[in-house]
Amino acid sequence: MINFSVLSAITFLPLLGAIFILFIRGNTEDVSRNARSAALLFSCATFALSLYMYLHFDATSADFQFVESAKWFPALGIGYKMGIDGISVFFVLLSTFLTPICILASWDSIKERVKEYMVAFLVLETMMIGMFCALDTILFYVFFEGVLIPMFIIIGVWGGPRRVYASFKFFLYTLLGSVLTLVAFLTIYFHYGSTDIPTLMQTDIAEHLQPWLWLALFASFAVKVPMWPVHTWLPDAHVEAPTAGSVILAGVLLKMGGYGFLRFSIPMLPMATDYFIPMVFTLSVIAIIYTSLVALVQTDMKKLIAYSSVAHMGFVTLGTFTLTAQGVEGAIFQMLSHGIVSAALFLCVGVVYDRLHTREMTRYGGIVNNMPAYAVVFMVFVMGSVGLPGTSGFVGEFLILIGAFQISTTFTVLAATGVVLGAAYMLYLYRGVVFGPSVNEDASAMKDLNAREIFIFVPMVALVLWMGIAPNSFLRPMQPSVNKLIDSYDMRFLTREKAAKIEAEKFEDAPVPLAVPEEVE
Amino acid sequence: MGLIAVFLPLFSAIFAGALGRIIGDRATQAITCTFLCVAAIASIVMFNSVILEGNTETIKLMSWIKSGDLELNWALRFDTLSVVMLFVVNVVSAMVHIYSVGYMSHDKSKTRFMAYLGLFTFAMLMLVTSNNFVQLFFGWEGVGLASYLLIGFWHHKHSANAAAIKAFVVNRVGDFGLSLGIFAVFMLFGTLQFDPVFDQASEIAGTTFEFLGHQWDALTVTCFLLFIGAMGKSAQLGLHTWLPDAMEGPTPVSALIHAATMVTAGVFLVARLSPVFEYAPSVMEFITVIGALTALVAATIAITQHDIKRVIAYSTMSQLGYMFFALGVSAYGAAMFHLFTHAFFKALLFLGAGSVIHAMSDEQDMRNMGGIWKEIPITYAMMWIGSLALAGIPFFAGYYSKDMILEAVYADHSFVGNFAFWCGIAAAFLTAFYSWRLIIMTFHGKPRADEKVMAHIHESPPVMLFPLIILALGAILSGYIAYSWFVGEDRFEFWRDTLFILEGNDTVEAAHHVPSWVPILPFAIGLAGIAFGYLLYMFRKSWPQKIANTFKPVHTFLYKKWYFDELYHNAIVVPLIKFGYVFWKGGDKKIIDGLGPDGIANSVKEGAFQIRKIQTGFVYDYAYTMLAGVVIFITLFIVML
Repeated sequence: MINFSVLSAITFLPLLGAIFILFIRGNTEDVSRNARSAALLFSCATFALSLYMYLHFDATSADFQFVESAKWFPALGIGYKMGIDGISVFFVLLSTFLTPICILASWDSIKERVKEYMVAFLVLETMMIGMFCALDTILFYVFFEGVLIPMFIIIGVWGGPRRVYASFKFFLYTLLGSVLTLVAFLTIYFHYGSTDIPTLMQTDIAEHLQPWLWLALFASFAVKVPMWPVHTWLPDAHVEAPTAGSVILAGVLLKMGGYGFLRFSIPMLPMATDYFIPMVFTLSVIAIIYTSLVALVQTDMKKLIAYSSVAHMGFVTLGTFTLTAQGVEGAIFQMLSHGIVSAALFLCVGVVYDRLHTREMTRYGGIVNNMPAYAVVFMVFVMGSVGLPGTSGFVGEFLILIGAFQISTTFTVLAATGVVLGAAYMLYLYRGVVFGPSVNEDASAMKDLNAREIFIFVPMVALVLWMGIAPNSFLRPMQPSVNKLIDSYDMRFLTREKAAKIEAEKFEDAPVPLAVPEEVE
Repeated sequence: MGLIAVFLPLFSAIFAGALGRIIGDRATQAITCTFLCVAAIASIVMFNSVILEGNTETIKLMSWIKSGDLELNWALRFDTLSVVMLFVVNVVSAMVHIYSVGYMSHDKSKTRFMAYLGLFTFAMLMLVTSNNFVQLFFGWEGVGLASYLLIGFWHHKHSANAAAIKAFVVNRVGDFGLSLGIFAVFMLFGTLQFDPVFDQASEIAGTTFEFLGHQWDALTVTCFLLFIGAMGKSAQLGLHTWLPDAMEGPTPVSALIHAATMVTAGVFLVARLSPVFEYAPSVMEFITVIGALTALVAATIAITQHDIKRVIAYSTMSQLGYMFFALGVSAYGAAMFHLFTHAFFKALLFLGAGSVIHAMSDEQDMRNMGGIWKEIPITYAMMWIGSLALAGIPFFAGYYSKDMILEAVYADHSFVGNFAFWCGIAAAFLTAFYSWRLIIMTFHGKPRADEKVMAHIHESPPVMLFPLIILALGAILSGYIAYSWFVGEDRFEFWRDTLFILEGNDTVEAAHHVPSWVPILPFAIGLAGIAFGYLLYMFRKSWPQKIANTFKPVHTFLYKKWYFDELYHNAIVVPLIKFGYVFWKGGDKKIIDGLGPDGIANSVKEGAFQIRKIQTGFVYDYAYTMLAGVVIFITLFIVML
């Protein structure tokens, strides 16, 4: 075991970096250069530290590990408590892995206010990691909301022409949901006197409260996922965000919703979860089909990928609420896979956007001739996105659908149509950009990937294939926690059924009145 | 040895893909061809060791997916069924590799081509040596990817891109069924490993399960779903539209993927899963009908097409139909036998056609050919051999396998069996007819190409002729040699337990006892087809046009390929696109955004604007409001009391 507060260290190292960068002085040129280097250094160090943490992570345990707790508001019993289990550990790694990539991706494309940009990203990283580590509802809420601020700034300051509209839409949409989360957390606190997540997981919350709490949490998590019909902020946010912003948005921020379901809704509110499963399935399947069709008619590359994200996250919510081993593991795996693949797809768009400053597919075409390496990389991620076996995308989708099939064949059949549509829109995107005749001179003059870009893509390609060919290295550590989640969910029902049975027996045993009064006509 | 046979093509692909640019075209070609030849030799060794010595084995490579009760491994299974495929795939692939050196000599992207070919071969081998449903699915989609890449190889052409996407997406529709079938298997059997599933099939048979809200016979639904996958990959009627378009790819690709190997994956799938399919008799009938219709419909289209490759493509589709109706009557051995011989003669025909196209400076329209047989005599002879084998002329390969299939369906003595038999006989006539139509239009008569092309005509280089000759040997001999193994007296020893046939379903056995006119009829009808071909295209050249004019609607209907493409385009593609726009502009923009964020923002703005109007800044307004307020409160106060 590690004998220092490793989670706090991982969480706050980026913040330290951000403070450090704030103190950089000099002329603009130097500040920018130093800020970039410092941000890269701190984010890489964070990633290294998280790997070190992972090496000491006990993959056989279902408990929270590296738990640290300190008093925060002792009078109220609200504590600063951190810890991770098999569900959250990979999200922490995903966050620490993607941040250096984002910083590298912004190396040349961000030219103004570099210092502030890097600060925003490092603060964002702290918030993301903290959110996945938090074991106290209030602490979680602070980080959960905290993520919004740097993201809002990143879209609003460094975004495209309609950035103000997009950033406000993003902020208001998510804030509206989050406020209800706070209400839910406070309600739980006032009724059960605790904000401690592990404690609350063991608490039986009254059945009449559950649906309301569930809906309050759902409002926030569904927006984050995003589920249909609260997904419309995502295409706008993606389109206007700078490349790295899209990467983090798709890579990590969308996972906050799925994570929330797994951490709060299902373990704490099992009765309500059971009640709302049909609704979640319906919304998921609508999301898959509806957004796939919308993706099919897009000509803006980023918008197309954004809509495909909604469809892919539809699979996640479907899998999560099957509450079967395959479904839940598939959902987590799909989130990780989507975190890599869609992040990489946005980076791929960023590569050509940096060169030609347009996201219109028709402005490209035939660039395979001048950018062969780019074509190969892009193809790998396209295949990952359509879920070709051997890539990460397949494992997630396959497990989700095989889990869902055991619960409902109808929903599975409908969801599986998304796999066909997914192939259609992704290949349509690829053909539009990479294949076809070279009609645009400026597109044909673009240079292939430079060393920095290759350096970004190589680990991502490797991860996509690794996750596709040997997914067990990712599935195994999450299994104990997932099993615990499902078992305790099932247990609640067993005990409830048992209680109902006892109740029924009591009723049967009750002395039957001897004389039944006859009904009077 | 098995590992070598399977993984050398992968190394070949990685090698050509990664280092091809560095070491140059020549070296890449030499190395990839060597790799594939070694793999082919290794497959022959494996064939010997498994079939003659009985060394069936399964090599476990590593664990793949483990989740809950689901456990999957990467493993290579070598039994009779898989080594037959291993042999076919690697031998044809090696020949196609060598041929491509000549055929692609003018192309700029030789190394990329070699890499794709290697990738395809590897995926195909993973498919056939799989020991579970999901690795099979890996190979299944892997060959789909390779096929997509190779159809769209000339990616600057719009038509090639469209065809590539069509192939991938239509196949995905089939894979949609296949994957649902796999899910159903897991739900019913609790495992996706072949052997445990096969062992339990008889227990599961007859049970029902709930699917789409109804109770169904479990294995019927499962096998039906699995068969949809086979239909997509093997271009059976309904999901066939991608195959003719796939001819946009370079000709060696058509020979390897769209004739000899990938398209037969569906046949392999059903044969492999025979222990399950045997318990789903109604699906078997469905397979028979689909196969019979495919055989006939494809043949009717083939007689009207002008593109030499499309004619052969429809011919492939038609022959696949034969294989499927053989499967449908449990004549798995016969289907695999036809798969085996067909691989040789159809690859030969495609590569022969490629040789013609190469000679004619990339001309593919038969209307612009003719009168060239003296210029390219070897190619001409090869096309004859291939056509004789295809038409089922005695002692050529196709004769043995096609006759066997027709006898087996006849011997099934069922309604669908008879239906398939007569469809098959009709298709046999058309097959012979279009084959000689092709030969005569291509090689005989007056040259119809322009002088420039004619001046260029040359026999192909030895590097292209050598594979043709090897495949021609296969087209002549494979039927004769392999007959007793696949369907003759040695068949039980040959197949061992890889094919499962329920008692009373052994139509291959029954096929040996049919009336004597049954084996003669296909041959006679084949000869008639050839004669008819000669009559129409050699001796009475004006007749085809006259016939086409007389039966104009019929001819147009066939020439337009029964309007399948138009039907799908108008009934599926266009509505989906329309839905996409409606959901985007109507659903997202108007309804969700309009009522949601934008709507709320607007009403807040509007509300604020209205409220602002109250604040007029005049004292009497405020005084009046205050007075009104006081009156209201006092009234309320009094009322409350």
